[in-house]
Amino acid sequence: MIEIENVHKSFGALEVLKGINLTVDKGEVVSVIGGSGSGKSTLLTCINGLEPIDSGRILVDGTEVHAKTTDLNLLRRKIGIVFQQFNAFPHLTVLENVTLAPRKVKGMSRRDAEEIAVQQLSHVGLADKLKVYPNRLSGGQQQRMAIARALAMSPDYMLFDEVTSALDPQLVGEVLDTLKMLADDGMTMICVTHEMSFARDVSNRVAFFHKGVMAEIGPPEQIFGDAQHEETRNFLSSVR
Amino acid sequence: MFDYTFQWRQAFRALPQMLDGALVTMQIAVLSMVIGITIAVLLAVARNSGSKWLQWPAMAWVEVARNTPALFQIYMAHFGLGSFGIYLSPFVALLAGITFNNAGYLCETFRGALRAIPGTQVRAGRSLGMGQAKAFRLIVMPQMFRIAFLPTTNQMVWAILMTSLGVTVGMSTDLTGVTQDLNARTFRTFELFALAAVLYYCIAKAVMFAARLVAWRLFRY
Amino acid sequence: MFETSLSFNDILFLIRGAGVTLSITILAVVGGTLLGLLFGVLRSHVSPWLTLPLVFVLDIFRSVPLLIQLILANAFQAIAGLQLSPFVTSCVVLALYTSAYCTEIVRGAIDAVPVVTRRAARSLGLSWGQDMTQIVFPMALRVALPSWIGLTLGVMKDSALVLWLGIIELLRASQILVTRLQEPMFILLITGAIYFALSFPIARLGGRLEKRWQEND
Ligand SMILES: Nc1ncnc2c1ncn2[C@@H]1O[C@H](COP(=O)(O)OP(=O)(O)O)[C@@H](O)[C@H]1O
Ligand SMILES: [Mg+2]
Repeated sequence: MIEIENVHKSFGALEVLKGINLTVDKGEVVSVIGGSGSGKSTLLTCINGLEPIDSGRILVDGTEVHAKTTDLNLLRRKIGIVFQQFNAFPHLTVLENVTLAPRKVKGMSRRDAEEIAVQQLSHVGLADKLKVYPNRLSGGQQQRMAIARALAMSPDYMLFDEVTSALDPQLVGEVLDTLKMLADDGMTMICVTHEMSFARDVSNRVAFFHKGVMAEIGPPEQIFGDAQHEETRNFLSSVR
Repeated sequence: MFDYTFQWRQAFRALPQMLDGALVTMQIAVLSMVIGITIAVLLAVARNSGSKWLQWPAMAWVEVARNTPALFQIYMAHFGLGSFGIYLSPFVALLAGITFNNAGYLCETFRGALRAIPGTQVRAGRSLGMGQAKAFRLIVMPQMFRIAFLPTTNQMVWAILMTSLGVTVGMSTDLTGVTQDLNARTFRTFELFALAAVLYYCIAKAVMFAARLVAWRLFRY
Repeated sequence: MFETSLSFNDILFLIRGAGVTLSITILAVVGGTLLGLLFGVLRSHVSPWLTLPLVFVLDIFRSVPLLIQLILANAFQAIAGLQLSPFVTSCVVLALYTSAYCTEIVRGAIDAVPVVTRRAARSLGLSWGQDMTQIVFPMALRVALPSWIGLTLGVMKDSALVLWLGIIELLRASQILVTRLQEPMFILLITGAIYFALSFPIARLGGRLEKRWQEND
């Protein structure tokens, strides 16, 4: 379970998160929508401790992320994150990209790591690209590799930050299908997305962010059918 | 004009000795590069660190290495340290001088390479549970070396050329030193040094060629 | 307290040495740049096959230690009975050495001017000469200047090697003082400071220019 309690976060004078409260249960899929600059990415990087917070707290399975005593490297093993930029490691083959962390972080043997990697890569449809370097992959393939790379650490939670935004339109589908598959497998996910149909069809709840505030959260039917807030309606009409 | 008879045979007879000298030259160059690269990485990390106490000495090293002659740096090692009662042999002084120079230039090369690697690469590594040091070693360093490979190769050629300066501090076993020794005995200056020049040229080209091969084997991406 | 027998006259001696270093540098860089311009334009305009011999010769200057070039040139002028002074010999060698690097800088800079820009200039009716002087050189200058500054400073530092031919430039002057006064570290530190003072500000300027011009593009 991820519990976000009254989190504030500023970059210098700019307050980016103004008291966020959100609880994500095991097996739940929460989509986060909202205009650019509203603090969605920042929230995700706070959850896995890449960014410090100013006040409030974030608990993952009861462990406080920003407590001094928390071993972030250990905690991050169970929180996978995939970014908008694919962040493939260009000097490693697809297989090596995926086995790197299991081997060097978890200390797995090469063989075990490769077994898991091949399994995850097949899952995302890249079984035939194991020995290829990322620069030979399309954007969609690179993004699916990044997903497999995160999944190879067997995380309990997955955070997705606009994973389809940097893709050519015809490649968006293949990545969204991968996310859907994950959701069907029961993965706990927070997906920042601009794909409204995905948010509607796949998520249990949809959160709307506006200027550092979570203006509204609810089941997709409510957000897309009967939004309570003016800003939510404005935003939705602007993206449609 | 030209009432001089070239005696190439005499020079060629010295070839085995000169090849031995070339070996010493390579030895110094390679050593100075291996140590220089190691120090350069540390200097680059120090310069990019947040601590003034690390940044300052690293910056001083880099700027002195780049803004004074290599020969001056060798003199410092050989003559300068004498003020403190430290007397380095020509070999060590030469090695120290070139290493100092290499480290300074390579530090800037590596820093340039680091700037070319997006910060998101480290973020991706950290997100997978790697510590700062591990992410640097596994993700940043390999990419840095690849970007810096060509300039590093050039620095290697520089290092080879710099070894010739050893003769000014009494070095007599490297290629230039051996040649100068023979010259002092036979006075066949032109022939001997022409042969040395050819050898240096061949070494430089061989190093460049070898570097191409290594790059081709190593960087398949 | 620190005591030294270094006198005012000794400092003057060092400064005179620095003067020699600067004169050699300036002569070599002026000569080398003129040659480098000529060779660079040739290299970027004439077919690579025709300039191959030039490329080969220039490459030698960059692949053989400068010290050996100086020794060879000095021996050669003696053999040929040219009776050149070490100063002239040094300037000639350093100028050729400079030209070898300058050629690459010039060629790189000219090649960095986009072909479409040059086409556009020529289609406006500019002649080859006008195209070169009005369009190519001004654009290439920005690319070349930072590297050229670096080259100039490099030549100044490398000019220390002419001490081998008996010229008393800055480093040799310091060595003479070291032998006489037996205060190597102190005298070398002063010498290093002089080199640093000559090189560092200009190097900084070069770095600034490079950064500024990159930002503008
Ligand atoms: N590292 C940072 N330093 C300073 N400002 C930042 C940084 N990261 C994000 N911001 C600012 O914080 C605000 C929210 O950014 P972000 O969380 O990326 O928004 P979103 O993902 O919703 O588009 C933006 O105004 C952005 O400019
Ligand atoms: Mg974002």
